[in-house]
Amino acid sequence: MNAGDALFLFFSLALVLSALMVVLSPNAVVSALYLVLVFLFTAGLYILLQAFFLALLQVLVYAGAIMVLFLFVMMVLDLRKPCRWWDGNLPALMGGPLVGLAFGAAVWATLRRTVWPEATSETLFRGDLAAVVTPLFSRFLLPVEIIALLLLVATIGVVVLTRREDHP
Amino acid sequence: MWTDPAILEWIFILVKIIVIFGLVLSIVPYTVLAERRICAWIQDRVGPNRVGFQGLLQPIADALKLMLKEDMLSNHVHKVVFTLAPALVFMPSLMVLAVIPWGSAIGPMTCVLSDMNAGMLFALAVASFSVYGIALAGWASNSKYPFLGGMRSAAQMISYEVCLGLSLVPLFMQTGSLNLSAIVEYQTQHGWLMLYHPVACFIFITSLFAECNRTPFDLPEAEQELVSGYNIEYSSLKFGLFFLGEYANMLVASALVTTLFLGGWSLPFAPFNAPATVIWVGLAHVGIFVAKVCAMLFLFIWVRWTVPRFRYDQLMALGWKVFFPLALVNIVVVAVIMACRANL
Amino acid sequence: MIVERPKLTIWDRLYMPQILKGMWITLKHIPMKRFTRQYPEETPPLPKRYRGVPTLVRDPEQRVKCVACQLCEFVCPPRAITVIPGFRAETGPDAKVEKEPSDFIIDMARCIYCGLCEEACPEEAIFLKKDYAMASYTREQMKLHKEKLLELGGIHEDRICKWKKK
Ligand code: SF4
Ligand code: SF4
Repeated sequence: MNAGDALFLFFSLALVLSALMVVLSPNAVVSALYLVLVFLFTAGLYILLQAFFLALLQVLVYAGAIMVLFLFVMMVLDLRKPCRWWDGNLPALMGGPLVGLAFGAAVWATLRRTVWPEATSETLFRGDLAAVVTPLFSRFLLPVEIIALLLLVATIGVVVLTRREDHP
Repeated sequence: MWTDPAILEWIFILVKIIVIFGLVLSIVPYTVLAERRICAWIQDRVGPNRVGFQGLLQPIADALKLMLKEDMLSNHVHKVVFTLAPALVFMPSLMVLAVIPWGSAIGPMTCVLSDMNAGMLFALAVASFSVYGIALAGWASNSKYPFLGGMRSAAQMISYEVCLGLSLVPLFMQTGSLNLSAIVEYQTQHGWLMLYHPVACFIFITSLFAECNRTPFDLPEAEQELVSGYNIEYSSLKFGLFFLGEYANMLVASALVTTLFLGGWSLPFAPFNAPATVIWVGLAHVGIFVAKVCAMLFLFIWVRWTVPRFRYDQLMALGWKVFFPLALVNIVVVAVIMACRANL
Repeated sequence: MIVERPKLTIWDRLYMPQILKGMWITLKHIPMKRFTRQYPEETPPLPKRYRGVPTLVRDPEQRVKCVACQLCEFVCPPRAITVIPGFRAETGPDAKVEKEPSDFIIDMARCIYCGLCEEACPEEAIFLKKDYAMASYTREQMKLHKEKLLELGGIHEDRICKWKKK
């Protein structure tokens, strides 16, 4: 086992463990913190795959921005009562693992069917920004713009929904 | 045997780590002292001048005092997160320093710990983590004022991070690189980027003030309304870590501004405007970098003791209604200018 | 009174010019004269009627002037004074004075430097001096006894010399 393999093993084990803790920890904020760990370990895996840029974006966007917003909302909600995983009702307890299993099976099936291209110096972009961004602005310009528009609509929708009539 | 390149590489890495830690651990306490002295001068006072010559040993006295204080851990806090939070404030700033070139080269050793391609992105990603420390400290303290401070800081830092990132886009467009060493080298040839992008520089520095929770944006710890904000429940070394973290963040912010806008280790005349080939120039480059960082730190302190605190709604309005559009417009303007120059 | 909000010009609303002006002002203050008094080396000038530590005084003939009448103990608002009365020597020039304090305690932790003891004393035996740095490490040390008080008080140049005339 070389260093890369050892790191992979470490990252993936830690990832699975923290992912479990996200579900099992009784405190919502602590769950969120474990989710941050999950993102970090995922970023670690990306780095092992030489996908530096992706790893940094993962940290910057998910761990640095989105999770902070999550935490922000969770803190405002003031969740006093700890909710342990065995407190849930039976359907939830049964349904969770079932859905998880189904999802895992789907992923596994897809993975088995995919034919992986051989890694070449071309497909390894080693954190080169241009390699990631150029397709976004040429080949995938329309989808990107559509997604941007969708997000804008969602944002405006939230503003409209949360606006109260008596407070203009 | 030690001239073997692989081993030499390791030795260099060790040396660099030691230099970075040395710089941080020596500059940070003295920033605290400088802050106290300069604030005193601005207010026509003298400031701490008793411990050692002109108060030069004051940081040691402060550190000893902090260490000897009782470390309180009240019953109502979330113990793990409470203990973790101060470290989370301090750590990101140290990590950012890994990608900042603090000199050109001393002999065969390049003066940057990790010459990453997407260095600036790394810096932004890691810096975005420092909000966790403050927000979690507020939450884990489980009492009102820290909580309000934590919330304020979370909202403030997310808002200004956007401006921070956007204000840098014109720079990357001009230099065509996210690598900090490359950006510095670009500046050695073309002049400081501050001259090309004054608006971006202004937005960046102001947003950094907000990111570091410095006055005029120190709402998370507004003494008059929140007593001391997120760190009320902390004492002893944990409080010390917050305190040092704040100044370490300032140091990193200054280093970033220096690297991005003030030409990093270079001066605009020979022999300081090209990567060093002889050792004394290399050492001089490190000195120049440190001097620029100190000048930036002085700016931080100077502004703090001049400008009063913003109100919270003013802070948000400034971030989202002024800086955000301004940064976007700046990007477009720079893009148009660049396109014109390329086509004419 | 209704205060009219001043109309801000675009120059004012930009905010930056004002901040720069402010920064110029603070910068100018850095080399200015400092107003700090370096305390232990430079002591503040005290006004003539300054009320510092209350002390016991002797008359020009080295006699303790206090006659242990306990008026000061009675008048002292925070009850800082404790007088333990005793007798003077039965023979000798001031045998007629009869009493003197065998101990005289002023608790400096309680004294409020009001000067009422000085005011009340019929023998002009207690005076407030100009010393003010009376801090100690323990409460016990803050209680000054007769010897210390006499030492602090010294000799009072008395022009009346009441005891000579009686
Ligand atoms: S100065 Fe006032 S408080 Fe002090 S001992 Fe005299 S009477 Fe008491
Ligand atoms: S100091 Fe004066 S008032 Fe007090 S006991 Fe002595 S004589 Fe009486």
